[in-house]
Amino acid sequence: MKRSNEPIFWSLFGAGGMLAALIGPALVFITGIAVPFGLIFKPDTMSYAHMLAFSQNWLGKIFVLAVIALFLWHAAHRIHIVLHDFGVHAVTLVRVLCYGGAFVGTVIAAYTLLKL
Amino acid sequence: MADTEKIIEIQVLRYRPEQDKEPVLQSFKVPFTDDMSVLQGLQYIKDFLDGTLSFRWSCRMAICGSCGMMVDGKPKLSCKTFLREYYPQGLRVDALAHLPIERDLMVSVEDFVTKLESIKPYIIPKEPRTLEQGEYLQTPQQRDMYEQFSSCINCMLCYAACPQYGLNPSFTGPGILALMHRYNADSRDGGQAERNELGYADEGYWGCTAVGYCSEVCPKGVDPANAINQNKMASAINYFTRFITPGGAEK
Ligand code: SF4
Ligand code: FES
Repeated sequence: MKRSNEPIFWSLFGAGGMLAALIGPALVFITGIAVPFGLIFKPDTMSYAHMLAFSQNWLGKIFVLAVIALFLWHAAHRIHIVLHDFGVHAVTLVRVLCYGGAFVGTVIAAYTLLKL
Repeated sequence: MADTEKIIEIQVLRYRPEQDKEPVLQSFKVPFTDDMSVLQGLQYIKDFLDGTLSFRWSCRMAICGSCGMMVDGKPKLSCKTFLREYYPQGLRVDALAHLPIERDLMVSVEDFVTKLESIKPYIIPKEPRTLEQGEYLQTPQQRDMYEQFSSCINCMLCYAACPQYGLNPSFTGPGILALMHRYNADSRDGGQAERNELGYADEGYWGCTAVGYCSEVCPKGVDPANAINQNKMASAINYFTRFITPGGAEK
């Protein structure tokens, strides 16, 4: 019996899920509610200059990449298996679209962050 | 209080290979009392209304695992499900989903039994042991590692619940993977390496997409979804570490 390569995708999925559960709601609150409505944080917290400085720092880069890439891989795997559960049989196409999308997103994010 | 006789309508999916091209529904009116199970309803039909109705049963107390069927679309042991829950609207019984119908409510168990044999569902001692060495000792904690998974009665309800098995029957499926875990997790057992070849394949743990309906329908409180998830973690760790652990790469 052939060893499955699923652990690669499952690990990215698991890591993304863990990260999403830990900081997803907080991120939504900070970036989508608190900052725009001027609660808690200073109004210019997410100004271009601040965000640029954040993403120029190595730790900032790693954080942004982890959030973007792992969330994407998590979503890709989730969408893939849900489609599978619902009996969408175009397995290769679905895989290419889901994981391919996550891969392209990861590459673009990494490239952009490196150039900053 | 005298039980006034109530009548319930039971629709049964019939399939008699010699006369039906495909399964057809047949309806029966069955008098019942509040203590009657769906299985007893079927037995009433067989005894008084239509002797050709075929279904399996033996213990009628949720321990033999032979009376599984779909009751209003849900996998149930018919001896553990009561007619009164479906009164007055009536109920429909079908053969277990995802499994080939042999006749009426009886499905083929061949695939399940073949798979069950393939996982070596018995303790494989770590090393040969003589009688003089005495019995294996096990702490209550060691027993807790596998005990719930040893309650499986091979009723196949979880196979009727599992969408993955429905889509692709080469998937080993919830109940048998839970049993595989039952032996792997037993401190007396040394057969993990032999069993994991299947466990680590797409047909093994990785065929599962964590739907979890298997654990919901299990009449014995086994949690196959949990067994599989624990093993996904172990399998993933093994996947990434096999090249750095001695002897790991061949596995
Ligand atoms: S795990 Fe539960 S539902 Fe599945 S075969 Fe065993 S007893 Fe039946
Ligand atoms: S008849 Fe044995 S489990 Fe129902």
